[in-house]
This record gives sequence, structure tokens and C-alpha cells, in this order.
Amino acid sequence: MSLINSMPEMALTTRIDDLLNWTRKSSIWYMMFGLACCAIEMMQTGGPRADLERFGMAPRATPRVSDLIIVSGTLTLKMALRTKVLYDQMPEPRYVVSMGSCANCGGLFQLAYSVCDGVDKVIPVDVYVPGCPPRPEALTEGLVKLQEKIQQERWLVRKTAPVGVRA
Amino acid sequence: MSLTGFEVEVQREVNGALATEDMTLSMGPQHPSTHGVLRFVVRADGEVMKEAIPDIGYLHRSIEKIAEKVGWHGFIPYTDRVDYVAAMFCNHGWAMAVEKLAGIEVPRRAEYCRVIADELCRIHSHLLSVGSMAMDIGAFTPFTHAIREREYLNDLFEELCGARLTFHYMRIGGVGWDLPPGWTEKVLRFLDRFEPIIEEYDRLISYNKIYAERLAGVAVITAEEAVDYNLVGPNLRGSGVRYDVRRDEPYSVYPELEFDVPVGRGEMGTVGDCFDRYIVRMREMQQSCRILRQCLARLPEGPVIAKVPRNLKPPAGDCYVRLESARGDMGWYVVSDGTAFPYRCKIRTGSFAAISIVPKVSRNLMIADLIAVIASLDLVAPEIDR
Amino acid sequence: MAALEAAAIHAQLRRRFGDAVGDLAGTGRDASTTVGAATFPEVCRFLKTEPALAFDCLSNLSGVDYPKRSVIQVVYHLFSYRHRHWIVLKVDAGRDDPVVPTVSHLWSHADWQEREVFDLLGVTFDGHPDLRRILMPEDWPGHPLRKDFVEPEEYHGIVTSRESLLKA
Repeated sequence: MSLINSMPEMALTTRIDDLLNWTRKSSIWYMMFGLACCAIEMMQTGGPRADLERFGMAPRATPRVSDLIIVSGTLTLKMALRTKVLYDQMPEPRYVVSMGSCANCGGLFQLAYSVCDGVDKVIPVDVYVPGCPPRPEALTEGLVKLQEKIQQERWLVRKTAPVGVRA
Repeated sequence: MSLTGFEVEVQREVNGALATEDMTLSMGPQHPSTHGVLRFVVRADGEVMKEAIPDIGYLHRSIEKIAEKVGWHGFIPYTDRVDYVAAMFCNHGWAMAVEKLAGIEVPRRAEYCRVIADELCRIHSHLLSVGSMAMDIGAFTPFTHAIREREYLNDLFEELCGARLTFHYMRIGGVGWDLPPGWTEKVLRFLDRFEPIIEEYDRLISYNKIYAERLAGVAVITAEEAVDYNLVGPNLRGSGVRYDVRRDEPYSVYPELEFDVPVGRGEMGTVGDCFDRYIVRMREMQQSCRILRQCLARLPEGPVIAKVPRNLKPPAGDCYVRLESARGDMGWYVVSDGTAFPYRCKIRTGSFAAISIVPKVSRNLMIADLIAVIASLDLVAPEIDR
Repeated sequence: MAALEAAAIHAQLRRRFGDAVGDLAGTGRDASTTVGAATFPEVCRFLKTEPALAFDCLSNLSGVDYPKRSVIQVVYHLFSYRHRHWIVLKVDAGRDDPVVPTVSHLWSHADWQEREVFDLLGVTFDGHPDLRRILMPEDWPGHPLRKDFVEPEEYHGIVTSRESLLKA
């Protein structure tokens, strides 16, 4: 019998859930999936000024060891098929942040014949960060929102209603 | 005895030596060291490559076709994305091509603003190139140094045109906005801070024994090969060919400016190896600082944009303009049919030619050297795929 | 190192190849001449090997679709590093079955540029060692830069259009 989502909502079980989520949100390792211009801003976000490492986020090379895939840049149709393969290779629990207009909806390349209009056509997205490209502060805010989303998850406690992000 | 259906054969000997087989690896399109979405199909015998064939097109955003849909003025943001690491040059190239077709003359102050923006962008791009190259070779710290310097440049650009990466600063007939008050002093302060830092990089990595040994003598490209494959910019100058569009076919206000054109001299190894291409970029950053100081000293007064109709319709014809981008001579072939929309725009970039020489120079190199070759050629995926 | 004007280079071509080389059109660096597809490889070989011309670099190779004239024109910008002069050549190919002889044996840069023109415009380059798609996926239908190209509705299950949220 599995313990997951089996306990009632009590002081002890919610505290354990909070502790688990706090450890998980404080060390999200993202996969380096820089496609285009947003990749440069993602690198600047990981740089000394808007440091991502202080949130515990370290870039990883392969999908097998990463929790998060930051899709930064334009997704072409040729690349979209490979993105699905990479997402499938990530072990659960996994999250997707769509960074920039091109990954959100195709951006200014909606006129193009070879561009997939938005990464949510191939993989489910957790947080959308608008911008072209988003400032490091904007990407950091998006990742903090993802952290809030992770904090709301339920592991021991029975799930009752769909969880939303605290405003 | 077989394990789960596999015949495990150990020590199969051929002519007294252990038999080996080639393996085919797919490096990319997601790979931490391939400077964007590039894929290399590598056939290797252990660590030594037999051939490395590039597979491109993963960032083909049909920018050339979009030119035909959005009009002459509306295409400028798309030119930023042709080479986002050095976006000012792409804006400048498109503006130059349209001005040549339509016969528009750019005011002097606008030309100076363009050159200042161009040279700052050259430093911006070379910093990223040098930093990523160091990271790919294995030295992680110079990358953070480069990112730190780029942040100061990002602040300057943000004050100038509002954007940190995709600038959209230049317009047809000039530039979008005049230099903000106090900005020229900030640029001079940045230059005063930055010039000693280039020397710090030289002490940190350029003449570092490990770095030099990784790069010296690797992937030597002779001058004939470089010209045959149409390598341009630091790739060409690293092979000893002293050609720079700013010096040999000058445009804008470059005839009035004094600067040197650094050429690879085979300092650490052979002329045309990875080290030469790297050191040319370092020296070019120093020359850019020199050009910037001259431009800021002689900045004239005046308007920053010519009077250009919003519904611009250049006469029918074609033209080919080139300018010296961070990655070399970038060619813009633009065809107009007299309407408000371009008929055809072809962008010939330095990285497209540079990646086509990779199969040739990467024979009998190790896989780690392939990373050094890619980094030294300064390939960026958007230039290759457009 | 002696740079020649486009008119002088054109005169040499006319002397050697006669009517296969068209008139010089345009001014300055953009002065171009149309060459017939049949004699095109010899013209290029002459331009590359003749010592006074020595065009050792193919700077640009573009294809332009002219449906009104029913041709696809391939434009070659040649440059000489030795003499520092330019010439522009244009070759017309019929739109229904465009075939142009390759120059990848003369300038290695032409190899990939011709593949791109094949991929995006559908021009077949006679004698090219490895003519296959370079930018688009292998199974892409059609040639995108043609003026009558219609975008496919979907590709491998991905719908290529997106409904705008701004519409009421």
C-alpha cells in the first residue's frame, strides 16, 4: 500500500509535505535547453548579477538528471519533435518553463512556415514567462512562481481539489 | 555462455591487436557545448573522429521569407534575430542595403552613432565568444568574467535603446534615438574600466599553458582553404589573410578612423590554428576600444535620422552590401520590385561558411577538439539557419 | 594586385565567350551580367583561373523566384582577394524544371549554398556531389521560398497555426 496521497490533512502531515516541497523547490536543476536569443538572457541570468545559483538552480547537461526544462527560444518544427523526445527522457517529477514569446506562442515568428507556434503544442507547460527576451529579473520571477507552485504540491496528504498558485 | 541473449565476446583479436569498431554518435541538437541548436553526426573510433558531419536547420525561422511579408521598416526587428549576439550589425546591414536601393543619405551624426553602437556590439559579441570558448575548453571562471563585463554593456545598451539583446536601434535613414545625455561619459568610464580587463584575460587564459596547448596547432586552416570556403572575419584573419571590410571596402565613417587589423601570426602553433582565431578576437576588442574613443571625441551635432517616408518604395533593382560584423563580412543581397515590400532578401553570413569547413578540419581530431574547433570558429546557430 | 572595373571584366568575358554572356546591367559593385546555363561552368573556370581576373572566392549565391518571368534566377557574387575586384553573374533557369550546372568543384563554399537553394527553391544543381535538403526537414513538402508556396496545415501531428487569444 503506497503512502503517497493517502493521509488526511493534519498538522503533522502538512508540515511533512511543506518540508519535502521546501527541499525540492530549493534545488531545481534545470537542463540547458537554450535554443535562441532567450538562451543568452538565460546565461546572463545564471551569471554574477542576477544569480540563479542562489536559488539552488544549477544548469545540467542532460535531461536524465534535471528537474526543469527552460525552453528558451524559438521552437522550429524540426526541433519540436526532438523536444518531445527530451521531455520524455526527463524523470518525473518534471517541470517546464516556457521562456520568451517564441516559446509561449510563436512570438514574432508566427508568420514563419517552419516555426512551431508555442512549445505547449508538444509538451505541457507549467509557467510562461513573457518577454522578447525576458529580462533576468523576469525569468527569476517566473522561476519563483514555479517554486510557489511546487510548494503547493501534496505528497502525503490526500489531494482534494486542484491546487492553484498562491496569488 | 550468453547473457540475456547477447553474445559477449571479449578479446577478439585481429592481427595481434584488439579489434575495434567505429561508433556513430549524434552530438546535439541539445548539447551544452554546441553554441546553439547544431547537430554533428560524429563517426569515431574511440575518441578519435573519422568524420564529423554537421546537420543544421533546427533554428530555421524563415526570416528571409518574412521579409517579403512585413515591409521595409518592419523587417528591422527580424534582423536582430539573424544574429542576436551581434544584433547591431544586422540592423546596420539591412539599413545600408535599403538606403543604397532608395538613395537615402544618412546624416553624419547618425553614422557616428551607428559606428559607436557597432563597436560596442563587437565587444559584446567577442566577450561572449571568448567566454564560451574558455568554458568549452574547461575553464569555467572566464565565462563568468565575460558575463560580468557584458552586464555593464547591457546597461549601456539599455540606456541607449531600451533593449539588452535584440536592439532594434537603427532605422532606415539613421538611428532610432539620439544618444541620451551623459551616456558618452558612461561609455568612456566603461572603456577606462574595460581596457585593463582585456589584459587581465590575457594573463588568465590566453597565454596559459593548458589553454594554449589545447588550441595550438589544432584544426589548421590555410589561407587558400579559408578563401575557398569563404571564411570571413576573425576566421579568415586568423589564417593570415589581412582583409577587413572596414579597411578595404570602407562604409559609414570608417575611412576617418584609425585602427589596426589584427592577423594571426602563429604565435603558439601554426598560422591558422584555433589559437590564432581566438587571439585575433582578443586584439579586435582592443581595436574596438580605440575606435570608440575616436568616435566619442569627434561626435558631430545634427539630426540622427534622415527624412524617410513611412510608406517607403525603393525603385526596382537589386543591391549587395557588406559590412564587418563580429563574425565577419555579412552580405545582404536585397531585391526590390518597387513596392512597399521587399521582393527577396538573402543574408550571407560568416557562420554558414564556417560550419561547412568543420568536416574537413575535424578529421583525426579528438571529440574534445571538435568542441574547440566549433568554439574557435565562433559559430552561432541563428546565423547558420536564419 | 590590379583591380579591374566591372566593364573591363565584362569585356574580357565577351571577347572569350561571345553571345553566351549577356550585357552588363546596373552600376558600380552591383553591375551584373546574365550568363547562359550551358556555358556557365566554363565561364566560372575562366574567371577563377585567368591570372588577371583570379576570382578565388564565391562571396554569395542566392536564388530568386520570378514567377512573372517564369524563371528562377541564381545570382553569384564573385570576389578576388588577390586583385580586390568584384563581378556579379546571373543564371536564369526555367521555373518548371530548374536545372543549373554546379560550381562546387571550383569554390567549396558553393557546396552548401547550392544545397540551400535546392532546399528552399527547388533548383537542381547538375553535378553536385550531395544534393539534399539542408535547412528544412527531409520530409518537408514543397520549396518554401517560392512565391506560390502554401504552408502545410500540420506537420507530424503539430498544427502549424495558432488561434489568436485577442479575437473576441
